[in-house]
Amino acid sequence: MSAFVIDVVGLTKRYGDKTVVNQLDMQVQRGEIYGFLGPNGSGKTTSIRMMCGLLTPDAGSGHTLGFDVVKEAAAIKREVGYMTQRFGLYDDLTIRENLDFIARIYGMIQRRERVDAALDRLGLTARQKQLAGSLSGGWKQRLALAGCLLHQPQLLLLDEPTAGVDPSARRDFWDEIHALAHEGITVLVSTHYMDEAERCHRLGYIAYGRLLACGTPEELTARSGFTTWTASGSGASALAAELEALSAVALVTRFGNALHVSGQDATALDNALAPYRAVSGVAWEKTRPALEDIFISLMRQAADNYP
Amino acid sequence: MAGTRFNFGRLLAIIIKEFIQLRRDRLTFAMMIGIPIIQMTLFGFAINGDPKRLPTVVVAHEQGLFTRSLVAAFTNSGYFAVVNADASEREADRMLAQGEAQFAITIPADFSHRLIRGERPALLLEADATDPSATGNAIAAVQQLAPLALQQDLTGVLASLQSSPAPFEIRIHRRYNPEGVTQYNIVPGLMGVILTMTLIMMTALGVTREVERGTMENLLATPALPLEVMVGKITPYILIGYVQVAIILLAARYVFSVPFAGSLALLLVCVMAFIAANLTVGITISSAARNQTQAMQMTFFFFLPSMLLSGFMFPFRGMPGWAQVLGELLPLTHFLRLIRGVMLKGNGAAELWVSFWPLLLFTAVVMAVGLKRFRKTLD
Repeated sequence: MSAFVIDVVGLTKRYGDKTVVNQLDMQVQRGEIYGFLGPNGSGKTTSIRMMCGLLTPDAGSGHTLGFDVVKEAAAIKREVGYMTQRFGLYDDLTIRENLDFIARIYGMIQRRERVDAALDRLGLTARQKQLAGSLSGGWKQRLALAGCLLHQPQLLLLDEPTAGVDPSARRDFWDEIHALAHEGITVLVSTHYMDEAERCHRLGYIAYGRLLACGTPEELTARSGFTTWTASGSGASALAAELEALSAVALVTRFGNALHVSGQDATALDNALAPYRAVSGVAWEKTRPALEDIFISLMRQAADNYP
Repeated sequence: MAGTRFNFGRLLAIIIKEFIQLRRDRLTFAMMIGIPIIQMTLFGFAINGDPKRLPTVVVAHEQGLFTRSLVAAFTNSGYFAVVNADASEREADRMLAQGEAQFAITIPADFSHRLIRGERPALLLEADATDPSATGNAIAAVQQLAPLALQQDLTGVLASLQSSPAPFEIRIHRRYNPEGVTQYNIVPGLMGVILTMTLIMMTALGVTREVERGTMENLLATPALPLEVMVGKITPYILIGYVQVAIILLAARYVFSVPFAGSLALLLVCVMAFIAANLTVGITISSAARNQTQAMQMTFFFFLPSMLLSGFMFPFRGMPGWAQVLGELLPLTHFLRLIRGVMLKGNGAAELWVSFWPLLLFTAVVMAVGLKRFRKTLD
């Protein structure tokens, strides 16, 4: 078996004349948390569905957990835990009934013990008779995760698991994902949140159905060739429009009272910004570019390349 | 406060928005235009409470002048259309049982002989009275017919027979429903209507709900096969269908005192085929509908013609040809014939087959379409 848990080449999916995923190559290593990033409608969900055998690709091939994504979809489904973007459990079943249903679908032996253990781990034993629909967003998401883990999968595919979940629940959720990765489970997680991207071991950025970049957060930062200056202080935001017009500036991102000003060419950027260093009420500091800066710039380039 | 006054600008904004949404929702739009058109054509043209030209079979034990004149008199009344002028008694029985003929006229062997002797012989008119409203007017017309039918033939020495009372008697035999009780027809028919409504709606909604709520995707990511999902979702409704059948049968027996002439086992087999036909419609709807509202609308679209064109609400033979052709395409039409056949006529398997195979054909065709569409929605 290859060292890769997910290893796909040239995955392509079309709906009508629209190519949703285009020639996607991707490798995910065993035990890592792979962050799958990209704007809405970039093909993340479709890619994940193809990797877990739920959709048949129009072209391309590959293996998930060593099983062929086209021919061995059934085997993949048995070994993968897939958490859908929307809450996929039944609102009108209780917490326990939902877990019991999943246990039966996977034909688990010692069903009652497994469900008991899952409830215990969730801390929902006392509320097991509550309808799943009455849970808050954060709890629903934890229940869905518990449902995905019930059959002890080797690979977790999480499709925007933290959309609409409050920051503290998101934090708990990520702690749990790291704990799972530590136990040896491979996790592929799609997200919009840049702070979550920083928590991943490796990242892939997809836009217009194509994988534009892939690597560790550090590699991506280094490879972008970006130099970034942070301008902070009360006068900073007033400069944004003016800075954006400079040819040496690739991107200006607003962060509250601060601006991130990035450019590909360090010297040109330094020269271009020189006149503004004297502006009163603005403090300049050279910083590491944020992932957001890099991805926005990647997307702009992609928009030019694949209109 | 200015904001609390009724403002026509805001009202207009909402009205415009409604029209835009209505235009986008093709199905609702089609329903709002389509349903009045369907109802107008049905109630305006199709429905005829006074069905004419009903198929009639003649069993003539004697051929001759009087027989010809009698048959002509029946035909001239407009209510009878002879489909077989010289059938055997068995043949006539079979045609009544299978619904090929609504009436059978039997002319006895010594009819002319006794007529001439002034003995007022009787001829027998048997009616398939399972649906009393289909035969009522025809039977009433027959009563007027007796004194006049032979007027032209009874001349010369026989002219004296023209005097009243009529020279012969028409004995009417309402088969299967001698008292002409409407419930005998309605209650078994209701079984078909109720099964159609609940089964189609439940399957259509059940599947659409999973897709709409996003639980279907989750289910399909598990090792569960689409066929398992389908059959698993349908099975409870098959059981519910049988519970409904049991309730209606019990009510038919103990509340409405509807006779049960045939075999219960045969009835259950017919019910199974009918349930299957309805479930395939439900599945097909669920694969075409994008949400539960659409599924409801499509169910209604199928249900309405089923009610009106199947012979449940109005006599099937009272409808014009095109409406009868449409009616023949609907499973409820055939099920009504089956269930009335079993319960009221005591039909056996051989007689039921005529109405049974259309159900199987319907199921096979719709299933082929539905499964093909269902597969697509998964991919």
